[in-house]
Amino acid sequence: MNDTIIQMEDIIKRFYIGEPNELEILHGISLTVKKGEFISIVGASGSGKSTLMNLIGALDRPTLGHYTLDGTVVEEADDHELSSIRNRKVGFVFQNFNLIPRTNALKNVELPMMYAGVPMRERTARAKELLAMVGMQDRFTHQPNELSGGQKQRCAIARAMANDPAILLADEPTGALDSKTGRMVMDIFHKLNKEQGKTIVLITHNRELSAETGRILHMRDGYLSEDREVVA
Amino acid sequence: MNLGESIRVAWEGLMANKMRALLTMLGIIIGIGSVIGILTVGNGLSSTVTSSMSSLGASNIMVMLQQKGDDYANGNATYIEVSDDDLITDDMIDAFRQRYSDQLVGVAISESAGSGKVQDGRLYANVSLTGINEDYLAVNNIEILQGRNIEARDLDGQRSVALVSDKLVNNMFGGDAQAALGKEIKTRVGNEVHVFRIIGVYRYEQNMMNMSFAADKDINTSLYIPVTSAKRLNGAADGYYSFTVTADSSQDSKAFAEVVNVFFSRYYQSNDKFGIYTMSMESITEQVNTMMSSLSTGLAIIAGISLLVGGIGVMNIMLVSVTERTREIGTRKALGATNGNIRFQFVVESIIICLIGGAIGVVVGGLLGYWGSSLLGATSMPTGGSIALAVSFSMAIGIFFGYYPANKAAKLDPIDALRYE
Repeated sequence: MNDTIIQMEDIIKRFYIGEPNELEILHGISLTVKKGEFISIVGASGSGKSTLMNLIGALDRPTLGHYTLDGTVVEEADDHELSSIRNRKVGFVFQNFNLIPRTNALKNVELPMMYAGVPMRERTARAKELLAMVGMQDRFTHQPNELSGGQKQRCAIARAMANDPAILLADEPTGALDSKTGRMVMDIFHKLNKEQGKTIVLITHNRELSAETGRILHMRDGYLSEDREVVA
Repeated sequence: MNLGESIRVAWEGLMANKMRALLTMLGIIIGIGSVIGILTVGNGLSSTVTSSMSSLGASNIMVMLQQKGDDYANGNATYIEVSDDDLITDDMIDAFRQRYSDQLVGVAISESAGSGKVQDGRLYANVSLTGINEDYLAVNNIEILQGRNIEARDLDGQRSVALVSDKLVNNMFGGDAQAALGKEIKTRVGNEVHVFRIIGVYRYEQNMMNMSFAADKDINTSLYIPVTSAKRLNGAADGYYSFTVTADSSQDSKAFAEVVNVFFSRYYQSNDKFGIYTMSMESITEQVNTMMSSLSTGLAIIAGISLLVGGIGVMNIMLVSVTERTREIGTRKALGATNGNIRFQFVVESIIICLIGGAIGVVVGGLLGYWGSSLLGATSMPTGGSIALAVSFSMAIGIFFGYYPANKAAKLDPIDALRYE
């Protein structure tokens, strides 16, 4: 029975800033996340949180160590394969939404499916479904600049779900929202986790938000300093 | 992601900044437009030249006196006065006629006797008095509308008879050629007035040689009189500096020019100052055409530089666009766009700018070329070849100048791109 989604072993990430200067950000991270988990990664800025998130989201490769995402070995993938992993296995939700400007909500949600080669008719239907799921059924043709922050983030969540990814990777998803709309966004994540069993990784430094998740990982100075299950 | 989708995405990218896309396009429009325009005018011009050359007699051979010596050919000789003894005589021409009678259409002789004005009360017409022999009209493809050609008796008798143009008939006789025949016209040349009796009317045709921008009424046409009469008027010695030979159409005019040269050069073997130079119209036409086409190619290359500048403009704007849209590129990559997807998107944007610009340029250049060549008295449209060349060239510019910015976009690190402010 293989229900492991994220399998990281001794992940080391170094950056080379000119020849003699080697900067090690992650010093050996091991992490296992099972299907259906809702975890949060917390830590101060500079703790290596963002670097870890980039690795989890296949935006980057580890310098050393092994990383398997939903059965796919990430450290061996070339650029093209990394794109494909991001496309099919990861759904990104960003702090500042990152909707494509001058492109309406529907087209934004269709984007990952377009890169996956889903036929036009099929992806439009699915995009409508997804937008309806986040309560945006009457905003299909709105441009991003015609949407409120909460609406933008809901659209972004719908987009993240487009290719039914293995994980949703949310980087401070409520950071740019007021507490009420932030609450609404968190409710959507909970709903996706409970009803669809979606594995969610939340990166935040908001302790209240992390407390809502099932498992909290603390990052400090490039190490995982604490890995705590939250008992509901 | 298929081609249609790439084009749609690229199109949306361009529409985001219409003014900028349009201005960038303008560079390509000007570039392609000027190349097409120049090539079109060039084509029109060379077809005009060819047709007017052939209307002047494509198979004509010009025979003229030429000063001997290498210095003359180099253009730095002192001119030697032509004495009466050096001129080509009627005897030489008669001998030539007899020798080659079966291969000749004619030997045309002409002698200018100055310009003047035919006047009758308020009616007038500008004329050039030109003395001709009986072959002149045939050699120069001039058509007689009414009356008769100049004949041997006119020449022998140095008669004061004239062939006038239909334009003169319009000016002086209200267009009634029949009425003009037999009438006497007073022609003022300098301080002298000569009277000629009209024996015929010929059709005036405008060509490269007599092109005029004067008002129609003022156009100067030739008043053809017997060459002997012309000599009498201008007091010139017997004999000629030059004349024109037309071989019949079975002859190769370039080869026949050589034959003519050999024939007349015999008379000048002992003359150490002057010799004979012959030149076929065909070879002149060829030379002029070569010159014109290399001229228009040269101009088109210069115009091509503006196309290069346009291409650099495209590259510049694409680089700006890539920088501006760094975050968008990062987002697309996070959502699964491959480097190839991104590169293709930007190359297609650049190709769209260049193709639309090229298409507009073809239309603009074609119109300018049509207008320009019609000013020069020809109608010329851009050829299919030049359109195909322009379109493929603008596509190539799009790819060439779009590739670098597109590749820059494709190679952006998604993490840096997402973080870009």
